[in-house]
Amino acid sequence: MKILVCISKSPDTTSKIAFTDGDTKFDENGVQYIVNPYDEWYALVRALELKEANGGTVTTITVGTAADDSVIRKALAIGADDAVRIDAEPTDAYFTAMQIAEHAKAGGYDLVLAGKETINYNGSQVGGMIAEAMDLPFISLASKMDVNGSTVTLETEILGGIQILEADMPLVISCAKGMAEQRIPNMRGIMAARTKPLNVIAPAAIEALTSYESYTLPEAKSACKMIDPENMDELVALLHNEAKVI
Amino acid sequence: MATLVYINSRNGLAKNSLEAVTYAKKLGSDVMVVTAGNADEATLATLGEYGASKVMADRSVETDDSQQLTRLIATAAEAVGADTIVFSHDFVAKSVASRLSVRLKAGLISGATDLPSGDSVKVNVFSGKAFGNVKISSGKKIISLLPNSIQPEAGGAACSVEDFNGNAGDSRIKLLETKKPEGEIPLPEAELVVSAGRGLKGPENWGMVEDLATSLGAATACSRPVADIGWRPHHEHVGQTGVAIRPNLYIAAGISGAIQHLAGVNGSKVIVVINTDPEAPFFKAADYGIVGDAFEVLPRLTQAVKNFKASN
Repeated sequence: MKILVCISKSPDTTSKIAFTDGDTKFDENGVQYIVNPYDEWYALVRALELKEANGGTVTTITVGTAADDSVIRKALAIGADDAVRIDAEPTDAYFTAMQIAEHAKAGGYDLVLAGKETINYNGSQVGGMIAEAMDLPFISLASKMDVNGSTVTLETEILGGIQILEADMPLVISCAKGMAEQRIPNMRGIMAARTKPLNVIAPAAIEALTSYESYTLPEAKSACKMIDPENMDELVALLHNEAKVI
Repeated sequence: MATLVYINSRNGLAKNSLEAVTYAKKLGSDVMVVTAGNADEATLATLGEYGASKVMADRSVETDDSQQLTRLIATAAEAVGADTIVFSHDFVAKSVASRLSVRLKAGLISGATDLPSGDSVKVNVFSGKAFGNVKISSGKKIISLLPNSIQPEAGGAACSVEDFNGNAGDSRIKLLETKKPEGEIPLPEAELVVSAGRGLKGPENWGMVEDLATSLGAATACSRPVADIGWRPHHEHVGQTGVAIRPNLYIAAGISGAIQHLAGVNGSKVIVVINTDPEAPFFKAADYGIVGDAFEVLPRLTQAVKNFKASN
């Protein structure tokens, strides 16, 4: 079984979010990049578990510049066999997805896995876009995945519940919490990652469809109004009269 | 030119569908709606009140398969000459809007929180810690609107409802089972949410959380540790890795307010925090704070809500 896992970098979840250049660029000063948690904890680790159970290979793919190599090596240290980096700035989800799809079409992958979203852009776009470009079924927000022969059984989140679905490979899947548990790379993995193949390939000619013009930070919350724990009638009155939410 | 709105009408019309139609109307063009569901004609016709001129219903599509829905919406967009397509950014839209973007080569703005301003649209980024202003460079545009970003506005008259064949084709995905707890308010749709964390000390104490939720007509939620240790089901977990919600009111009891939890709830309009620790970081993100024991405050608040409801 050949599995392709889409890996994106994202700022560490505790990063301070700030912008520079007239609020048009994310301020990377002091920011530690990690593998996007949905890509790593769920997509990559489940791919590795499936490989361990059924055999096969796990390849990661990233659209990014050489600055992303350390994050890609982390994915290799966790256990991916090899990595592909499409050497371009990932300008928008469409650009990123089409680049990945171009590579994946020729790769003969049984499964293409992505995290359900990145924690920086939260778009939930790339997985579905890859699926459409490859004319494959797309199962989103999968929280469980098992493979039996050529059939994949998945549990997915729906509004207020879950669904159990079945489809034949090849498939594109976006992965959510529940798929797998985080793995911490061990020293052997980190050493091995240094020599695993990281193939840098040139991007295809694709134009982005969207661009970020600027960013803004949310307005600071006004100070929290403290309420006497004995006086919940006051809170209810404030929620009704002042906040107007009940 | 027209604006096409896709709505899911399988379980009737949800509020987020009315928001999407209202939003489309405010964009200024003629609004058409396409839906794949089994809602009856009279129900669908009420979308006219929110600004739709026509509803096109394809009742042959019975799943949420993104390939079928993408074909259906693309066919409808072509039929009405739509240059803009609006979704409500729910679980289904997240898989369909992205596919449609590739099929139509239309730029996608996902998670819009407001109407366009100039030529860009405001979206939530960095897990709610910032906003981005996104511009679409393609001729066709897709906007997926975050639920609870605008209020539905009724005012018009009922519109016509037509049967529509969207050539959705077959699904390659087999639905084996749907598990939905009966009678619960789905969390992403809830306007009022009562949530609790490890401070509640054990699953046996959730009765007081449920009592408050019932008195308000709210959904219940929980923090990540509580879902991880199995006190509460995973679909109730709100936060960075769980569900992100934007209710009008979020009441959190016994949750300290780690940054990962805030990422899932900072879109809430009003936040009430109940915690024994006056230094809990959650108070910094709260509108109303109560330093106190949840075991005493929650029943007291429930009683206050009941008194309020009885006299209003």
